Amino acid sequence: MAFSGWRILREGLTGNKGWGPLWRTPEPRKAYDALIIGGGGHGLSTAYYLAKNHGMTRIAVLERGYLGGGNVGRNTTIVRANYFLPGNQEFYSHSLKLWEGMEADLNFNAMHSQRGLINLFHSDGQRDAFARRGNAMINQGDDAILLDREGVRELLPYLDFDNHRFPVYGGLLHPRGGTARHDAVAWGYARGADRLGVDLIQNCEVTGFTIAGGKVTGVETTRGPIAAPMVAMVVAGRSGQLAAKAGMRLPIESHVLQAFVTEGLKPVIDHVVSFGMGHFYISQSDKGGLVFGGDIDFYSSYAQRGNLPMMEHVMEAGMSLMPMIGKAKVLRSWGGIMDMTPDGSPIIDKTPVEGLFVDAGWNYGGFKAVPASGWCLAHLMATGDSHPVAARFRLDRFREGVLLDEEGTGAQHNLH
Amino acid sequence: MRIPCPLCGDRDRREFYYMGAAEALTAPPGPEAPPEVIDDQLHLRTNPAGETRDVWYHETGCGAWLIVTRDTVTHAVHGAVLAERRGTTA
Ligand SMILES: Cc1cc2nc3c(=O)[nH]c(=O)nc-3n(C[C@H](O)[C@H](O)[C@H](O)COP(=O)(O)OP(=O)(O)OC[C@H]3O[C@@H](n4cnc5c(N)ncnc54)[C@H](O)[C@@H]3O)c2cc1C
Ligand SMILES: [Zn+2]
Repeated sequence: MAFSGWRILREGLTGNKGWGPLWRTPEPRKAYDALIIGGGGHGLSTAYYLAKNHGMTRIAVLERGYLGGGNVGRNTTIVRANYFLPGNQEFYSHSLKLWEGMEADLNFNAMHSQRGLINLFHSDGQRDAFARRGNAMINQGDDAILLDREGVRELLPYLDFDNHRFPVYGGLLHPRGGTARHDAVAWGYARGADRLGVDLIQNCEVTGFTIAGGKVTGVETTRGPIAAPMVAMVVAGRSGQLAAKAGMRLPIESHVLQAFVTEGLKPVIDHVVSFGMGHFYISQSDKGGLVFGGDIDFYSSYAQRGNLPMMEHVMEAGMSLMPMIGKAKVLRSWGGIMDMTPDGSPIIDKTPVEGLFVDAGWNYGGFKAVPASGWCLAHLMATGDSHPVAARFRLDRFREGVLLDEEGTGAQHNLH
Repeated sequence: MRIPCPLCGDRDRREFYYMGAAEALTAPPGPEAPPEVIDDQLHLRTNPAGETRDVWYHETGCGAWLIVTRDTVTHAVHGAVLAERRGTTA
């Protein structure tokens, strides 16, 4: 069943009786060629690209809850390619290109909106740092425009430019940055994978691994054992717990990141605005809600709900940047479990157990990575080699001392 | 969340700075330790969902380093001891 404007018109005229479920609900088979643990954005895109790019269709995604119920359905949906370090740059650049073709490829409206992302700066030193970052982005083949104060004022007239602590000096505009509808990305990949024959098994928690002679042979689940010669752990904030079942310790600590949304308002914020110095960023959803957030709560947590001090901190930062938002009423807040690594960069790699792969450590930036992460993990599983744009996302890079510390904040999990 | 500082009593979480899992501090490897052991201490984490012990610095209080026992799922704080007394249970 393909989606199109024509189809919507026809269904509208015939009582919308022709729509069906977007994917099947199959029973798990006894054995597959490969298993993906975790039905978030990364697991679903991995399954899709394994089937589409590598012809592997005897595969299944095992999800302990429902598809898209984890971080992929809880994030603030910023999609960007404004990284600085080689290793991160080429990966997020590749991901943004995949975003730009994804909706046509999946025949699914993910509401990807390249409305432009503006990172504000507040001092001469910060301007230099952003000029350097912008040049790195341009060298990578992406887009960046350095705006002065008046340039920012034209786009964001509602900011408090003369804030005493952080006066606005300018901003780095990334025109191709923007947002997308988070659930739709999960649903689009799920439907795409299902249509290529992938089994999406929900309510199926992986509780253990069967490992023989250093090789994985399958998993134990709440719906019985399932055999496969290849298994990928793609469970974001739960990575540490899952890997422990295979006898591994990961360089990951789980932390809560909160987000907030206001009541629906008329269009007022046209871009994604990031106020790094205040730990605050904001965009407006297509429904009109102001979607905003800040930093992680700072201490390890699996609570999936946040703490009040960080909530207060985020609200204060928002009020100092754009006093007008004090008039909006906050409707909801929530938290997701972030898989934080000691350098803030992710891992897409093999593990010491043969046939067992790990895709984790997405910190608070894994939504934009959904397409490229699946693309690269599928490549690794199908060919045995790292994809060139993900070649530095190694599990052993901490031991080897080749960290990818994008923010330069040091080897402590909560500082990224 | 409040943390019971053994020196100052129950204090607001905002007075403390989080320093990471206590497992790293409680068993520091010596300078002769092989790279794998140092890697393990610096980077790898047990990362429990449930009871955990971590190090907090009473930044705007007495300045002590504490080992706090708490629950990562419920936000409950069970107790705290001075880091210099590590090894004794919190
Ligand atoms: C508040 C917030 C804001 C964010 N903002 C942004 C942003 O603006 N831009 C951006 O790029 N990123 C953002 N992120 C980060 C991004 O959401 C995550 O990095 C990304 O979604 C993680 O990958 P995932 O989608 O595969 O994870 P998830 O959706 O969490 O998927 C993992 C899945 O694994 C399942 N699972 C766990 N254990 C098991 C098991 N044992 N067996 C079977 N299944 C299991 C879970 O139920 C879950 O569905 C944000 C995150 C949060 C919480
Ligand atoms: Zn104290």
